Amino acid sequence: MTVRDLIIIGSGPAGITASVYAARKRMDFLVITKNIGGQAAISADIENYTGYKFITGPELVEKFKEHMEQFDVDIKEDEAVTLVEKRGAVVEIETDQGRYQARTAIIASGRISRQLGAEGEEEFKHRGVTYCATCDAPLFADVDVAVIGGGNSGLDAVLQAVRIASKVHLIEIDPELRADPIMVEQAEKSGKVSIHTSTKVEKVYGEKFVEGITVSKSGKTEEIPVKGVFVEIGYVPVSDFVKGLDKNEMDEIIVNCRCETNVPGIFAAGDVTDVYGKQIIVACSEGVKATLASFDYLSRSER
Amino acid sequence: MAKSVKVYSTSTCPYCSMAKSFLKDNNIAFEEVDVSQDTAAAQEMMEKTGQMSVPAIDVDGQIIIGFDKKALSKELGL
Repeated sequence: MTVRDLIIIGSGPAGITASVYAARKRMDFLVITKNIGGQAAISADIENYTGYKFITGPELVEKFKEHMEQFDVDIKEDEAVTLVEKRGAVVEIETDQGRYQARTAIIASGRISRQLGAEGEEEFKHRGVTYCATCDAPLFADVDVAVIGGGNSGLDAVLQAVRIASKVHLIEIDPELRADPIMVEQAEKSGKVSIHTSTKVEKVYGEKFVEGITVSKSGKTEEIPVKGVFVEIGYVPVSDFVKGLDKNEMDEIIVNCRCETNVPGIFAAGDVTDVYGKQIIVACSEGVKATLASFDYLSRSER
Repeated sequence: MAKSVKVYSTSTCPYCSMAKSFLKDNNIAFEEVDVSQDTAAAQEMMEKTGQMSVPAIDVDGQIIIGFDKKALSKELGL
């Protein structure tokens, strides 16, 4: 099996930027990814990426992709990595479709939406339960919906939903909403939002499609009839396939300022790590650091 | 003969844009319906696919949910 210089796992802002740097350094590398763009591709409006006063997620990702594809990058799309492990001097990578080896690896697999864990959630996924308000909110015209999660992304979903739905129930498990007050004020001003704090979603029920949720508050349960359930309770890092790497209590891979993990030769970048600031622009720069560190590691070990 | 392709989408949905540009890049002609503007089409999509999720792509009666490049390529023979 060919042992490459580098394998990059993931192709969001961190992975793509890492690839651009690796291509320019003429490294022998491969990219393995589930999709191109990651979370950035489903961001609606981006107003804080330097150089663009306003750009949508898909547009920015398209530009990233163009930049990467001007080089002849070897990329495996729609392929899920199942294992990353250092054995001797080589990083072994297994996927649902094959095995690969490299002297270094950059893990840039990002984050995905956190699931509720309520009964019926899985069954009604795409049948009323959605994790992308930006995508699916327009499907719920003139019906009642529930948004789960009182952080900024939850309130963002609420503000999208009030334009379309007839009534929006905002469900928050904690006693207080964490979202910026300005967003909560906007939601309240719509007159369509009913806020349920200290409330837990126990169950999503329905027949073919969602018909409601069962919630509990201080020991009492209640059914709220809704057609849509927007889950916005944060994210979890996609880090379960790595072996032997130190992670923090949130399962983020711990890296130092050179994007090094505790295993020499394995680097990590972007939202899958414990780096401060889960932002597109931060993820891009972390990708740069990881490639530079990988390049440096390879030149040092050749000596 | 070219297959008939219908894309159920909404204007705000990022994966819909990706799916549409993928089809355009591959010179596949398709019909597009915005289910947020057209309730009848939304109903048709829900009945046909059993799902409330966009994009949903109908390739000669075969339904593909989401922007699944592999399934789409297979169905279109790309």
